[in-house]
Amino acid sequence: MTLGGIDIIVLTATLMAASTPVLLAATGELIAEKAGVLNLGVEGMMIMGAMAGFAVAVTTGSPVAGFLAGAVAGALMALLFAVLTQVLLSNQTATGLALTLFGLGLSALFGKGYEGVRPPSTGKVPFGPLSEIPVIGPVLFSHDWVVYASLILVAVTWAFLRFTRAGLILRAVGESHDAAHALGYRVIAVRIAALAFGGALAGLGGAYLSLVRVPQWTEGMTAGAGWIALAIVVFASWRAERVLIGAYLFGGITALQLQLQAAGYAIPVHLLSMAPYVITIVVLVILSAIHRHGAQAAPADLGRSFHASA
Amino acid sequence: MITLIKRPTPSRGWSYTTPIIAVLATMIAGGLMFAALGKDPAQAIRMIFWDPLFGPNAAYFRGQLLVKAGPLILIASGLAVGFRAGIWNIGAEGQYIIGAICGASVALAAYPAESHLLFPAMIVAGALGGWLWGMIPAVLKVLFNTSEILVSLMLVYVAQNLLAYAAFGPLKNPQGFGFPGSRNLQQYPSAHNPELIAGTGAHWGVLAALVAVIGAYILMHRHIAGFRIRVAGEAPRAARFAGVVPARLVMFCLGLSGALAGLAGLFEVSGPSGQITDGFNAGYGFTAIIVAFLGRLHPLGILLAGLLMALTYIGGDMAQMMLGLPGAAIQVFQGMLLFFLLGFDVLTNYRIRIGRARA
Repeated sequence: MTLGGIDIIVLTATLMAASTPVLLAATGELIAEKAGVLNLGVEGMMIMGAMAGFAVAVTTGSPVAGFLAGAVAGALMALLFAVLTQVLLSNQTATGLALTLFGLGLSALFGKGYEGVRPPSTGKVPFGPLSEIPVIGPVLFSHDWVVYASLILVAVTWAFLRFTRAGLILRAVGESHDAAHALGYRVIAVRIAALAFGGALAGLGGAYLSLVRVPQWTEGMTAGAGWIALAIVVFASWRAERVLIGAYLFGGITALQLQLQAAGYAIPVHLLSMAPYVITIVVLVILSAIHRHGAQAAPADLGRSFHASA
Repeated sequence: MITLIKRPTPSRGWSYTTPIIAVLATMIAGGLMFAALGKDPAQAIRMIFWDPLFGPNAAYFRGQLLVKAGPLILIASGLAVGFRAGIWNIGAEGQYIIGAICGASVALAAYPAESHLLFPAMIVAGALGGWLWGMIPAVLKVLFNTSEILVSLMLVYVAQNLLAYAAFGPLKNPQGFGFPGSRNLQQYPSAHNPELIAGTGAHWGVLAALVAVIGAYILMHRHIAGFRIRVAGEAPRAARFAGVVPARLVMFCLGLSGALAGLAGLFEVSGPSGQITDGFNAGYGFTAIIVAFLGRLHPLGILLAGLLMALTYIGGDMAQMMLGLPGAAIQVFQGMLLFFLLGFDVLTNYRIRIGRARA
C-alpha cells in the first residue's frame, strides 16, 4: 500500500520504533514533574544513556547489559541534579541546563573510542505466525522487546499515578510540598526517587537511540530528543496516556520526514529535517492556546524548591 | 546534623566569593579528570589558565582571547537581563545563527559593490535577524503562554537546519568549485569586520560587547526599567501591582537578547569566521548561559566571566594540541564550573548551622 511514493505499512511500523526514545524519556520526566521537579537536563541524561549503553553493549556484546548501563548512567546524572536542586537548593532551570551541557560534553569525552563501531543487534520478539499476518503483522508484531517494554512502562506509570497510594503521595508532593511535609511525607526523598526514576528512563531512551534506532554512536546524537520529550510532557497536560499519544505523534512525523527524504521529493533535506521541531512548536502553541483559560494542568509546585523551615 | 537556614537577603560577600570558589573547585575536579585521562593535571591546568596569557606564545593567544570573549560577553549581557526577569531565553545559539545568516545575506546580495554603507547595513540586518528569531518565542509566550524555554530551544535546531540549507543552497559560493559554504567575507573589503588594533584581536564585535556591558549596567542599575526587570524576577506579584506589564517585559527581554546574539553572529561571520558554513556556530550561545551565571547576571561580572571562559577555550585548544587532551574535555570542564557555581550558591542564600537544630 503506497501513497505518494510512501509505503504506509512501513511508515506505521517505523513509527513505533521512532517514538520509543522520546516515549521513554517523556514518561520518566512525567514522573519527575508530577513530583514537582522540573528537570531540564533530559537531553543530558539521554545522551549519557546513549553513550554508556552503547559502550557497555559493544564491550560485553550484550544489548541487555547495554540498556541496563544506559538506565544506570541516566539515573546517576539525575542524582547529580537531585543533589544540587534538592539538597543544595539550586535553581532548577539553571541546573537542568547545566546538566544538559555537562552531559553533552562528558558523553563526547567518554564516547571517543566508540565511533564507527556497530553495536550487537537487539533481538526482535519472536511472535511466530502473528508477525506473518498482513498489515497488522509488520505494524504490531515485528519489533524488539524494548518497544513493548516501553508500552508496558507507560501503562504501569498510568496505573501507578492513578490507583496506588505511592502515586497519590507523589502527586501530593508535586501539588503542595508544604502540605505533604505537614502530613509527614518526606518531600525531598520522594523527589529524589522520582528524579532517579526519570533519569533511568531517559537513559534507557538514549540507549535505544544508539543501540537500535541509529544504530551507532556519534557525538550529540540525541539532537534535541530530550527537549522534545520535555515538550511532550507539556503537550500531554501531565497525563501518562497522553504522553503516549504525543510521543507517537512525534515519532510519526519523524518517520514520515525520513520517508519523504528517501522517496526523493524535491524538498531540500535540511528543510525536511526541520519539520519535527517546527511541528513540536506548533503543537505546543495550540495546546497552550487551548489551556490558556482552562484549569492549570501543571502540578502546582512544579519547579519550586522545598526547604522545610523550623 | 547540618541544617540550612534561609537568609533574609542573599549574602553580598558570598555572592562575590562563590564564583571564585567555584573556579578553584573546578580546577581541582578538572585536574582529577585530566589525571584520569592520563595527563599531568598541573601541566594541563597551567596550560589552560596560565600559558595563554603569560606563556611562550602568549602574544598570539592574547589576541585570540578577545576574539572568543567578544561574542560570549555580547550574548551573555542580553541573556542576563532576561534571566533577571525570570525569562529564560536558552535559544541564543539559534539567534546567533540567524543574525549571521541575515547579515551575510545582505553582504552577499551587494557583492561585489564597495560602499561604506554596507557594513552598517549588515549590522542592522544581523541585529534584526536575531531580534526576529527572539521575538518568535516572545510573541508565542505573550499570546498563548507557550513556554519560551522550549520554543527558543527548538528554534536552535530549526536555525541549524536553515544554516545548513543556506550553506548548501542559496548562499553557496558560485565560484566555490561546488564546495558548500558562502563566499569569504574577509576578502570583501566593504563587508569585512577587520581587526581594529593589530595583534589585539579586537574587532567591531569586541567594541560592541563593551558597549553592551556599559549599556546593560546603565539599564539594570541606573534606570527605572532595570529596577522593574529585577522586581519582576524577584517578586512577580509586587511587580504587577507596581504597574509592570509582563507582556512588554517578555518582548523586551527576548528581543534584546535576540538582537545582541544576532549581532554576535554577524560580527563573527564577517570577521573571524569569514563565511557561512554548515558548522559555523561554535556553541557560543550555550556557553554564554554559563558566562551569564558565572558573572552573577551582573554586567561587570559577565565581562570577567566572559574573559575567563574565553581563556578556557583557548587554553583548551592549546592543551588539545600539546597534550592531546580530547576537545570534549574542555566542554566537561565548563559544565563542571556551572555545577560548582550553582552548588556553592547555597552559601549565598542560606546559612549553615552545624549541630542540633533548635526546636
